[in-house]
Amino acid sequence: MNTFSKRSYVIIGIFVLVGLVFTAGLFRLQVLDPTYKVFATNNVLRDVVQYPARGLIFDRNGNLLVHNKPAYDLLVTPREVEAFDTLYLCNLLEISKTDLEERLQTAREYSAFRPSIIVKQISPETYAVLQERLYRFKGFHTQSRTLREYSYPVAAHVLGYVGEVNPSDLERDRYYRQGDYIGVSGIEKTYEEWLRGEKGIKKFLVDVHNRIQGSFLGGIEDVSAQIGHNLISSIDIGLQLYAEELLQNKRGSVVAIEPSTGEILALATAPSYDPGMLVGRVRGANYARLLADTLNPLFNRALMAEYPPGSTFKVLNVLAAMEEQTINLNTRFSCAGRATMPIRCTHDHHSPLGLIDAIKESCNSFLWNTFRSIFTKYPTSAEGYNVWREHVLRFGIGERLGIDLPNELRGSLPEASYYHRIYGTGRWNALTVRSLAIGQGELGITPLQLANYCAAIANRGYYYTPHVVKEIEDGEIPNRMKTRNFVGISEEHFEPVIEGMQRAVEQTNTAYLSRIPGIAMCGKTGTVENPHGSDHSVFMAFAPRENPQIAISVYIESGVWGARYAAPIASLLVEKYLNDSISTERKWIETRMLDANLLNPIQPK
Amino acid sequence: MAKRNSLWANIDWFTVFIYLVLVFLGWINIYAAVYDADHHSIFDVSQRYGKQLIWIGAALLIAFTLLLLETNFYVFFAWFFYGAVIFLLILVLFFGTTINYSKSWFAIGGFLIQPAEFGKFATALALAKYMSTFGFKLRRFKSLLTIGVIIFLPVLLIILQNDMGSALVYFSFILVLYREGLSGVVLFFITLIGLLFVFSLVLPEVTFFIMLAVVTLVVFLVMNPGMKHFFRVVLFFAVAFALFAGLEFFIKAGLKPEHILAGMLLLGGIAAWIYSLRKKLRSYSMIALVFIGAVLFSVTVDYTFDNVLSHYQQARINELLGIESDPLGVGYNVNQSKIAIGSGGLWGKGFLNGTQTKFNFVPQQSTDFIFCTVGEEWGFAGTFVVVLLFVLLFVRLVILAERQRSGFSRIYGYSAAVVLFFHFAVNIGMTIGLMPVIGIPLPFFSYGGSSLWSFTILLFIFLRLNASRLDNLSQ
Repeated sequence: MNTFSKRSYVIIGIFVLVGLVFTAGLFRLQVLDPTYKVFATNNVLRDVVQYPARGLIFDRNGNLLVHNKPAYDLLVTPREVEAFDTLYLCNLLEISKTDLEERLQTAREYSAFRPSIIVKQISPETYAVLQERLYRFKGFHTQSRTLREYSYPVAAHVLGYVGEVNPSDLERDRYYRQGDYIGVSGIEKTYEEWLRGEKGIKKFLVDVHNRIQGSFLGGIEDVSAQIGHNLISSIDIGLQLYAEELLQNKRGSVVAIEPSTGEILALATAPSYDPGMLVGRVRGANYARLLADTLNPLFNRALMAEYPPGSTFKVLNVLAAMEEQTINLNTRFSCAGRATMPIRCTHDHHSPLGLIDAIKESCNSFLWNTFRSIFTKYPTSAEGYNVWREHVLRFGIGERLGIDLPNELRGSLPEASYYHRIYGTGRWNALTVRSLAIGQGELGITPLQLANYCAAIANRGYYYTPHVVKEIEDGEIPNRMKTRNFVGISEEHFEPVIEGMQRAVEQTNTAYLSRIPGIAMCGKTGTVENPHGSDHSVFMAFAPRENPQIAISVYIESGVWGARYAAPIASLLVEKYLNDSISTERKWIETRMLDANLLNPIQPK
Repeated sequence: MAKRNSLWANIDWFTVFIYLVLVFLGWINIYAAVYDADHHSIFDVSQRYGKQLIWIGAALLIAFTLLLLETNFYVFFAWFFYGAVIFLLILVLFFGTTINYSKSWFAIGGFLIQPAEFGKFATALALAKYMSTFGFKLRRFKSLLTIGVIIFLPVLLIILQNDMGSALVYFSFILVLYREGLSGVVLFFITLIGLLFVFSLVLPEVTFFIMLAVVTLVVFLVMNPGMKHFFRVVLFFAVAFALFAGLEFFIKAGLKPEHILAGMLLLGGIAAWIYSLRKKLRSYSMIALVFIGAVLFSVTVDYTFDNVLSHYQQARINELLGIESDPLGVGYNVNQSKIAIGSGGLWGKGFLNGTQTKFNFVPQQSTDFIFCTVGEEWGFAGTFVVVLLFVLLFVRLVILAERQRSGFSRIYGYSAAVVLFFHFAVNIGMTIGLMPVIGIPLPFFSYGGSSLWSFTILLFIFLRLNASRLDNLSQ
C-alpha cells in the first residue's frame, strides 16, 4: 500500500466540495432567484403593441369635429436589406439621399435584427404607391398608425392637438412608451385618458434574431386594443365658425356659454390657426412657424389674457352694494358729467340717476358712490375692501374657474395686503382704489371669466363651471360641472340690473348696432384703457332676457370702445345662435364687422 | 475461458451503468437542444442527435474492444500511444482545419477529428508508465523534469493550435502528482494564488488591502505568542500608516489612498518580519512573509492583468468576476446560459419545452452549453441528478484506483478521474457563471464524436485495468 493513500480523501473531498458548490449554485439560480425567469420571458416573448383608434369628438349637434386618418410608418430591418432603388425611395418619400443613409445608419446602430422606424407618418396617398413597390425593397415594411384629422379649420385652442410623448410624460405615466401619441393641449389633453383608449398587446414567440416564430400560447394572453371613448363637445361648430370669421383680422376673443348648463358654445381667440397644421410630418415645421409669429396665434386669449373688465364690471359693483344694502332702488346719486369728482363721467345723461339707469348710462359717478358706500359701511377700509373682494370672488373672478381645458389663468384681484404694501397699512381707502369702481386699475379678468360672470347674472345668481365637453361615451363628465355655484346675491337684486342692461342695449344711442329685432338682449359695454394704443372694446350680454340661451363676452383689442366692435359682434353671434341667420336689415353690420381690419394700421380711426 | 468469465465478472458494472446513463441523458438533451418541429425524427442522421447516435454506437464498440484487449497491451504500448498523439498534434498544426479560431481539427470525409481529445488518455498512459517504473521517486529533480515534459509537450502543441481550453485540462494532472507524493504546500500555494488573484481583481484595491491587513492581524492574534508582540505588530502598521499619510498630508506627494495603504502594509509587514526574526518567533515571521508576498502579488496581478493578458482573456475573466457587466458583449453566452438554467425552476419546463435553448438564445447549446438544456427542461431536479451522477462516478473512480495493486493502474485511474472532473468542474462552472468561459465539453453529454470517444477510451482503459487487478500482480 502506498504511503500517500490517505490523500485520496483530500481528492474525494475536492470532488464532493465542487459537487456541493454546484448544487448550491444551481439551487440559488434555479429555485431561489426569480430574476432569470423574468429574463427568459423577455427573451422569447416579443410584445407587439396594438394601437387603438383615438376617440372621436363631435359638436353639440352631432357634427364630427375630430376623427382619425390612417398614416403609415416605414420600418427597416437592416439585416434583411438588399440593394434597392435608393433614388426612387427618396423621391417618393421626399427625403434626400444623405438623409436616408443617415437614417439607415441610425437603424443599423440600433439593431441589425430589430425593425426601427425610418420614416414616420407617411400619407395614405404615398403609402398606396409605396405599398405596391414594397416587394422590391427587401427589409422594409410598414406599420399603420392613426393621425388626427379636423373637419373644420377652427377651434384649434379648444380641440388641442396630439403629439409624441416627451420624457416627462413617460416618467409620469407608465402607460406610455417612447413614440406613443398623447394629447398635448385642449380637449385632447384634458380628456386624454378617455380619448386614448387602451393599447392592446399581441404576444409573439421570437428566436434569438427577433424573428417571429408564432403566436404565444395561441394568442390567449393577447390583449386586444380598446378604442377610445367618443366625446360630445358642447361647442356649436356653426357658432364657432362664425365667431372666428368675425374675429378675422382682429386680436381678441369670444366666449359664449349656455347659462343653464355652463356648456361653452363657442370659444374663439384671434389670431388663431388651423388645427390641421399641427398634424403629421409637417407639425414640427408649422409649430416653429406659429411660435415665431409675432401675432402669437398659439396664445389662447380666451383663457389667458387678463384684461381689466372696464364698465362691464359696474353691474357687479351695483349687485354687491345692493346685497350689502348700502344702495337700493330708491338711491340716487348726482352726476356733474366731466366735472364729477373724483371720477369724471363722459357719458352724457341726465342727473341724478337711480341704479337702473346708472347701469344703462354707465354712470361713473353713481358707481363711485356705490363703491364707496360698501367701504363706509365697515369700520376700516380693509374690512370694506375684503367684503367687496369676497363678492367679486364669488362670481369666479380672481380664481381659476376650473374649465376642462389646460392653461387657464386666474385673473388678477389683489388682496388687501397688496394695498397695505403699496400705501401702508391703514393708509388707503375707497378713494385710493377708486378705479376698481369702474372696472379699471389692478383688476384683470379673462374673457372666460367675463362670460361666466354674465351667465351668473343671466341665471339670477348662480353659474355652472364652464366646460367644453358635454358628454363622454360610456362615461360621465365630472360632477363639479353639474353643480350650481351660487354667487351670494339675492335673486331679487338681479331684475333691476338686468333691466338696466336691457335698456343699455335698447335705449342708448351708442348701442344701435347691437339691437336685434325680436330678441330681448341684455348687455353691458366696456372700454378698457390700453396704455399701448387704442382702448380695447369689451361687451358682455345674454339673451333672451327670460330663459337665457346664451351668455357671451367679446373682447376686441384696440377696438376703441365697447359699442364699436365688441357689441355688434356679440349681437351678430347671439342672433346667429338664436335665429340661425342674420336678418337682412343687419347684413350690413355683419359685412362691416367682417371687413374691419384692426391688424392693419391703415384702418381709419 | 475461465479468464474470459472472470473478465466480465470483474468489470465494475456500477461505473458502466453511470456511463450509460450519462451518455443517454446527453443524447436526449442534444435532441432537445437541436429539436425543430420540422425535423423531429430522433434518428435523423442529418441532425446532430442522429449523428450523436452514430457516435454513441461507435463509442460502445470502442469500449467493447478496449475491454477485450489485454492489460499488458496498454502498459506495453503506453509510449507508442503518447508518441502517436504528439505526432498527430504536430501534424494538425500544418494540415488542420480552423474552427472557432482553433486550428485543431482534421477534416476527414464529412467528419472532424480533434487529436487534442486523444492526448488526454495518451498522456495519462505515459504518466502512469513513467511513474510506475521500478525505483521511481517523485521528489527527484529528474523525475519532476520528465513529468513536466510529458505534460507540457502536448500542452504546448495545443496552445499553438490556439485552444486554451483543452490545454488547461492538462493542469488537472497536478492532482495525480499530489496523490503520488507532491508536497501539499504546492497545492496550498496554487489555491492561495488563485484566491488572491480573484480577490485582487474583484475588490477595489483599498478594500482588498484593508481586508488583507485584517485577516493577517486576526491570524497573528490566533497564533498569539503573547499580547505584547501582537500590539507591537499593530504599532508597526500604525507608524507605517502615519508615515505615508503624513507624507501625503504635509508635502502633497500625490499619493492615492491605495498607495498609502500598500506602503503601510509593506513597511509594516517588513518591520513585523524583522521583529519576529529577532525575537525568534518562527510562525510569526512565516505569516509576515506570506503577507508581504500577498501584497506584492496583488500589486503585480493588476499590472499583469492590464499589460500581459490579451484583451480577450481579460474580458472573459472580468466577465466571470462581474467587473464589467456586458450582457450583450463578451458576457452574452454566460448570461443567456444563466437565464436558460435559471428559468428552469425546480422541476423544469419539461422535455422539448425549453424556449431559451430552442430558439437559439444560448450559443453552442448542443456542445459546450449542453448543460443549459438540462437546466431549462429538467429544472433543479435534473441538474442535481446530473451533478450527483458525475460526483458518484469520480468518487467511484478514486475508490477503484486506490484498490489497484499496480502503480500503473492506480496512476492511470487517478488521471482518468481528475481529467473527467476537470471537464465537469469547468464546464458546469462556466454555464452557471462560476468559472470563466473556457470552451471544453461536458463529458458524455456534449455533442461531438471526438470528445465522446476520447472520454470513453479514457474511462474504459481504466475499467479494463481494474478488471484484471487481481490476476495481474506482476505489474
